Amino acid sequence: MNDQPKTQGFELLTFRVADQEYSLDIMSVREIRGWTRTTPMPHAPEFMRGVINLRGTVLPVMDLARRLNLPTRETSDRNVIIVVKINGTLTGLLVDAVSDIVAMTEDDLQPPPELSSDPHMSVVRALTVIDDRMIRVLDLSAVVPATADEAA
Amino acid sequence: MNDTNDPMAEIRASFFIECEELLEALQDGLQQMDDGSDDPETINIVFRAVHSIKGGAGAFGLEDLVRFAHRYETVLDEVRSGKLTADAEAMKVFFQAADHLSDLVRMCRDGQDIDPNGGDNLIAALNAFLGDTEEEEVTAEDFQPLGVMTLDLPDLDAPATPPEYEILFKPGQELFTTGNEPQTLLRNLAALGTAQVRCDRGDLPDLSSLAPETPYFSWNITLQAEVMEDEIREVFEFVDGLCELTITRLDDDTESPSALPDLPAVAEEPEPEPTPAAASVELAPEPAPPKPVAKPESSSDAAPPAKAAGPKSVVRVDLERIERLVNLVGELVINQAMLAQSLDQAGLSPHSDAMNGLEEFQRLTRDIQDSVMMIRAQPVKSLFQRMSRIVREASAAVKKDVRLITEGEATEVDKTVIERLADPLTHMIRNAVDHGLESTADRKEAGKETTGHVRLSAAHRSGRVIIEVSDDGGGINRDKVLGIAKSKGLVPQDASLTDGEIDNLLFLPGFSTASQVSDLSGRGVGMDVVKTSIQQLGGRIAITSERGKGTTFSISLPLTLAVLDGMVVNVAGETLVLPLNVVEETLSLGPEDVQMLRPGHNVVRVRGGFVPLYDLGIMLGYRGARDTLAGAIVLLISLEDGTRAALVIDGIQDQRQVVIKGLDDSFYRAPGIAAATILGDGQIALILDPADIIAAAGPMRHAELARPERKAVNE
Repeated sequence: MNDQPKTQGFELLTFRVADQEYSLDIMSVREIRGWTRTTPMPHAPEFMRGVINLRGTVLPVMDLARRLNLPTRETSDRNVIIVVKINGTLTGLLVDAVSDIVAMTEDDLQPPPELSSDPHMSVVRALTVIDDRMIRVLDLSAVVPATADEAA
Repeated sequence: MNDTNDPMAEIRASFFIECEELLEALQDGLQQMDDGSDDPETINIVFRAVHSIKGGAGAFGLEDLVRFAHRYETVLDEVRSGKLTADAEAMKVFFQAADHLSDLVRMCRDGQDIDPNGGDNLIAALNAFLGDTEEEEVTAEDFQPLGVMTLDLPDLDAPATPPEYEILFKPGQELFTTGNEPQTLLRNLAALGTAQVRCDRGDLPDLSSLAPETPYFSWNITLQAEVMEDEIREVFEFVDGLCELTITRLDDDTESPSALPDLPAVAEEPEPEPTPAAASVELAPEPAPPKPVAKPESSSDAAPPAKAAGPKSVVRVDLERIERLVNLVGELVINQAMLAQSLDQAGLSPHSDAMNGLEEFQRLTRDIQDSVMMIRAQPVKSLFQRMSRIVREASAAVKKDVRLITEGEATEVDKTVIERLADPLTHMIRNAVDHGLESTADRKEAGKETTGHVRLSAAHRSGRVIIEVSDDGGGINRDKVLGIAKSKGLVPQDASLTDGEIDNLLFLPGFSTASQVSDLSGRGVGMDVVKTSIQQLGGRIAITSERGKGTTFSISLPLTLAVLDGMVVNVAGETLVLPLNVVEETLSLGPEDVQMLRPGHNVVRVRGGFVPLYDLGIMLGYRGARDTLAGAIVLLISLEDGTRAALVIDGIQDQRQVVIKGLDDSFYRAPGIAAATILGDGQIALILDPADIIAAAGPMRHAELARPERKAVNE
């Protein structure tokens, strides 16, 4: 996703989903907004929460916990939606809370151990440690599949 | 706005836009001639269209275009002068020539290579009309602005019997920017009689201050000709308003002109490039221009197309700007809904000033919106004209005699709709010619007129546009259709389908009825593609057919792709919008109204008829079945094809205009969901397509057959 040279730093936005810590390259984040009620799309996959109005455009919102097969809980006003742009389209990711922005270099990242062919593992691009906590770096393009991938 | 790079390219572009209009006028005129109009004005229009294209093409050095247009024009001139009668054979060639001309224009526009021998057959056919009068070969040079003028001035010493006119002609700035050419005008003038042309170079500034694109010359012409003043004005018809023109009749021939020496000057004149002057702002001096009366006697009688004659003032606007305006109006509508909602919540009295003002505001918004939509609306005429060409080509390819009848050409539809309708319509027309109509021999056998008819009509009906393509062919051979569907495994072998269901099999992917694949249509990609494109436009397509009488495809389209009059309803706590025009009535169900047909399928009795009942909440997966249907609110839906259905909802909120926001596939759009909109409280509501919902739930097996494939895409 990001091909910056190793020496160059970059920043990650860390957030919590179902008591686990995840992060995203901040360059793909467009904005963070509070939870608003979504309008459900009938017959959509379970992880699609529905659509919301983002200043006049219709934004699909994905429940990240469901997408990652994590236990879900009631959504409340405390939840936030991270609006990301991937492949030219905007998508909202529903998470529990946004934690921090941390500066990184590629050296701080280590590849996730190859556990299995578990498809849900492949969305984690790398692991890193901040204050003794393990942070998972998400591969956004795997999280938000292109429609063509869906058909396959 | 931002591409000020090449002024020449701009003129070129505007020339091609004009060409489109001229080609349209040409088609129009030819059609009228074909319909038996012998109004001399019609052939004049046709001739002028070709002539103008030729003139413009000459200015841009488009030699192939000039060559063909010239030959075409020559033949048309023969018709115009009455030397040639435009019989059916000639008309056929004329139509083909018009098609070829528009091809050439398109190729020139796109900068494609032109096959120099491409139009040879047509030129030969055109030449055949000219008989032995062998034409001199024209070259583009004749029309190039820098060409050396050779004025054929007849004898100066002619007896002064014809009336003499003094003509003052001073080109304005726009004359050149519109691609006109004084030289041609002067030559045409000279053709009327004896002309003495004097060029007035008094205005010519020093070379240093010369703006090359500004005309400085004016001409003083003395014309001796047996003509009326109107005829002289006709010569300047194309530059009407672009120049100063004064025509005075000299009753006594005083002026003894010594004009000839000046003539070479005209030829050597550093001809201004027909380029829009970016810098020179010298506006065309038009102090009360003596507006030539536009063909007073010729157009007043009969009924020539008023459009061609009536000079309507038209502004060309970048589509993007309109697009922006449409979007802004959309926002306005949403904002107005929000305002209405908050005023309502504030508990204002409906008679308060604020509420009255809001009402006025709503009315204005609607007016603005209608006006904006009108900007985008275009008559379907251009589309239909393209179709007449398709019919000509298709009928020639399959050797059938086909006549296209068009109706409702003036029906206006959103521009985007027109653009995106071209492909499906082409396909349908080809289908009608190829499959719909029988061969000439079969028609004879069936006792029909040998000429097949394809009818293309457009009309507004209850807020939608209905476009119909019908033929008077053999109708759908249902046995054959069913047989093919079975053999292809599209329906089970033991299926028994109603006629309507069989007809609809044609829309299944991979269905082609023609036993022989012809060049024209029937490649397996067929009506299903048409159906998909129509659906993408928010439209629907229906088919009716009668054995031996013909087949009709009927397309129903929304007038606009931007705004919808909707009924806002509640289902299981969600807000949904249904197009208002399909809602026939609303009912509150009584305990006796609902009857079970079989488990899970209910019908509701509406004034003696039974209408299938669907629960929207269940169908959209919002909730389970209600405990009782008694007391539920039901919308009675009636579709264009006559299908009726009752939809159970939980409540009706409002009836209002909503702005359509498209949903693409990344939204996991399910069948039945047409689009979304933003409500007054900022929430998003889904817009339903009732026809799609009913089809998805309905008993029509073929609809379900087509569905698994779609599911695979969605999941």
